[in-house]
Amino acid sequence: MTDITPNNSHNIPSGTVPDFIPPHRTEKQIKQRLKKRYRKERIFKAVGLGGLISGLLALTVMVTSILTTGLSGFTESRLTIDVYMDPEIIGSLEGYSTEDRIDHLRQVNHRALIRNSLRIKFPEVKSRRDIFALQKLVSSGSRDEVRQKLMKSDDVIGTTIPMDLLASSTVDMYLKGQISRDVDQSERKISDKQLAWLDIMASEGRIIKGFNWKFLSSGDSREPELAGIWGAAMGSFLTLLVTLAIAFPIGVSSALYLEEFAPRNKWTDLIEININNLAAVPSIIFGLLGLAIFLNVFNMPRSAPLVGGMTLALMTLPTIIISARAAIRAVPPSIRDAAIGMGASKIQTQFHHVLPLSMPGIMTGTIIGMAQALGETAPLLMIGMVAFIVDVPEGVMDAATALPVQIFLWADSPERGFMEKTSAAIIVLLIFLVLMNSLAIWMRHKFEKRW
Amino acid sequence: MNSILLIFVLIVIATTSFIVGRRRALHSVGGIIKDLHSLPNHYGWFSALAGFLPGLIIILIWIMFGGTLVDNITLAALGEEIRNLSDFDRTLYMNDIRNLAVQDAISRPVTETLKSAAQYYSRTQENIFWIFALSAIGISTVSAFFGIKKVSPELRSRNLLERLILYFLVVCSAIAILTTVGIVSSLIVVTLRFLEHVPLTDFLFGLKWSPQTALRPDQVGSSGSFGSIPLFAGTLLITLIALFIALPVGLLSAIYMTEFAKPKARAFFKPLLELLAGIPTVVYGFFAALVVAPAIRSSGEAIGLEIASESALAAGLVMGIMIIPLISSLSDDVISAVPQSLRDASYGLGATKTETILNIIIPSALPGIVSAFLLAASRAIGETMIVVMAAGMAANLTANPLEAVTTVTVQILALLTGDQEFDSAKTLSAFALGLALFAITLFLNFIALKIVRKYQEQYD
Repeated sequence: MTDITPNNSHNIPSGTVPDFIPPHRTEKQIKQRLKKRYRKERIFKAVGLGGLISGLLALTVMVTSILTTGLSGFTESRLTIDVYMDPEIIGSLEGYSTEDRIDHLRQVNHRALIRNSLRIKFPEVKSRRDIFALQKLVSSGSRDEVRQKLMKSDDVIGTTIPMDLLASSTVDMYLKGQISRDVDQSERKISDKQLAWLDIMASEGRIIKGFNWKFLSSGDSREPELAGIWGAAMGSFLTLLVTLAIAFPIGVSSALYLEEFAPRNKWTDLIEININNLAAVPSIIFGLLGLAIFLNVFNMPRSAPLVGGMTLALMTLPTIIISARAAIRAVPPSIRDAAIGMGASKIQTQFHHVLPLSMPGIMTGTIIGMAQALGETAPLLMIGMVAFIVDVPEGVMDAATALPVQIFLWADSPERGFMEKTSAAIIVLLIFLVLMNSLAIWMRHKFEKRW
Repeated sequence: MNSILLIFVLIVIATTSFIVGRRRALHSVGGIIKDLHSLPNHYGWFSALAGFLPGLIIILIWIMFGGTLVDNITLAALGEEIRNLSDFDRTLYMNDIRNLAVQDAISRPVTETLKSAAQYYSRTQENIFWIFALSAIGISTVSAFFGIKKVSPELRSRNLLERLILYFLVVCSAIAILTTVGIVSSLIVVTLRFLEHVPLTDFLFGLKWSPQTALRPDQVGSSGSFGSIPLFAGTLLITLIALFIALPVGLLSAIYMTEFAKPKARAFFKPLLELLAGIPTVVYGFFAALVVAPAIRSSGEAIGLEIASESALAAGLVMGIMIIPLISSLSDDVISAVPQSLRDASYGLGATKTETILNIIIPSALPGIVSAFLLAASRAIGETMIVVMAAGMAANLTANPLEAVTTVTVQILALLTGDQEFDSAKTLSAFALGLALFAITLFLNFIALKIVRKYQEQYD
């Protein structure tokens, strides 16, 4: 408590001491003055509320704008096309062994199959340019769908089977209303002829919309309609695994040492100041560290989740240490005294009693640290986890990218079709973050002990 | 992944050693545990670690230095002309040999020499690995044997084990120091190499930033210019815009939540505002590029203003939103820390809530608020993704928030992503910028801490 005496009056700056009401004021004057003061009170309260609301408004605008652009990224459009499995294009299978057959069917010109089927559907299309435009309605990935159909059984050769082929990104965007047909043909990516064909197909009920499973299950692609986040999600998972494997044991050990064993001297002070400073170092500096030390000195592989995880581990270490120290400090001394009184050694006390009791708090801090690491982008860009990678990584040494990096790459892409994919990927990332944070909050409520 | 298999073998040795050591301890006292110095498991762990640690050290040596060793042996076997290549070309050549050895794509046509070199490389790698593996297994077995042999009722295995654990804890807490040392030393070493190319005064006071160096020395603009003033000016501009947004909003929300809001409303609003802190910065960057920048641009057009599509205003605005929760939660803490007795005294003198806040609470929480402000500034200066996605790449020296500017972090990222040769002034300059950034943020944090320590009143 500060006592306000004349020589200690600097607590209240001199200009702000409330004016005293001189005794000669009339009641009316006093009432007016009160009114003014209360008005000021209301205004100030409103301004404060306005500050809070504008902060929340920013959050709302951001979330809604991402939701509105992103939700359509989870759906895809398909065109039902009667694919004629033309024996002339497929070629003769006479005299092939079973393996040779499959091999042959893999290499058939599936594009030509689709092109011919489209020409059968629209026989009036003659010129090369129009045929090309017609073919552009379906995605280049649709030939894989035809290939799979063919390879499954070769009975289909010579027959016509209706298949739901993936529409191209432009068609998909038009069908989702992102390209308006009111603007002039030269200003949109889809031509009037293509629109006419689409109208015919729509009137025949040949346009289907469905959930885009590919988006959740495949790797990156140059084509927006084929691109998926599974590769990036695996990359993030592997990176976080490495981060957790390094940061958790080291963080908990050093928290335990600093809180329970360290003598109070200059050395431990230095460590403490260091940890607090590291917590405030910009993440891009950790990227520079990873680049200079892990890649250039130790010659570790570029783009690997191993290096990304190590870099992020150094970054999350302060968060884990600080929260673990708080959790260990919260265990009351009586527990330690009781254990030591029963003859346990100091290490036994820590490992059998203090650590298990503080584990919920430590886990909460760790999950929050991991959530931070999951959203981190800049350090990963520095160590090369930014390449265009189609394959889903299978180990910590494979080249990989991470979810936030994938978002950055797609956001940078000039293809308009990637915009909804970017927002959709952000939605997935945010769902993961919300899940992790709720888990942390749930753990805090469930296991927190009031001593 | 032979090393993982090797570690597995070591674990098997250690497990066997654990079982045998524990048995031996029990056997030596005829099953009467109280005659042992330590618990039977302690003897088991002692034996297990005796078997595991020496092998682990050898594996770590292989992982850290094995690659360099194999490289050097291969280099020594290669002809004179390869050894006499410049450092950079030699590294490239070695990369190609390595990639060819694992059947990856390489940057030059595959010749017979290269093929045989790759074969030699894989052979050497295999041989050296086996030397390491066999010695690791051998030494582990021998040391496990001796460890088990030492087990006797008098062996103070618990004390040995506990000392080992303590050493491990000390090493772990030294890692924080090592990280700082690693950051500082790597930044300084590379910056010194950069200063061999560009004088310090040019870097600190130069007004022009164009790090693109020409490929051939005789081309125009071959030297590039590395004046960092435009970058720092851009950073400062964006940071100021961000603070201009975040300080009033953050502070006012903190005041409202601590002083006016009912506990229930506070419990609802506070986590909601803190949600903003949990959103990854790449999301803010996308929001800035997708929504805010076009909105600013079109509203500028509506009143006849020419606004760059990557304006400092858009980046600053969104960065301001990002640091609102930082300022509000830090100010919330210091405002809540002002003791209730000061408020009560003020009310007792007839002051309204507003007068109390403006005249009593804000002045006494001021050091904490200033420190929150500095921490937010340090955060904004080091922020990367928002400015990468929403601010431009052009190093304009301007104070006009409607123009495109670039920042230190944007340049660091731009200089270091993609292909790079590690010796050009262009790449090295990124580390000089990094060092400056590190120093500035550290300085701001230090000052923020000092202000709180020095000026904050201690009420308890």
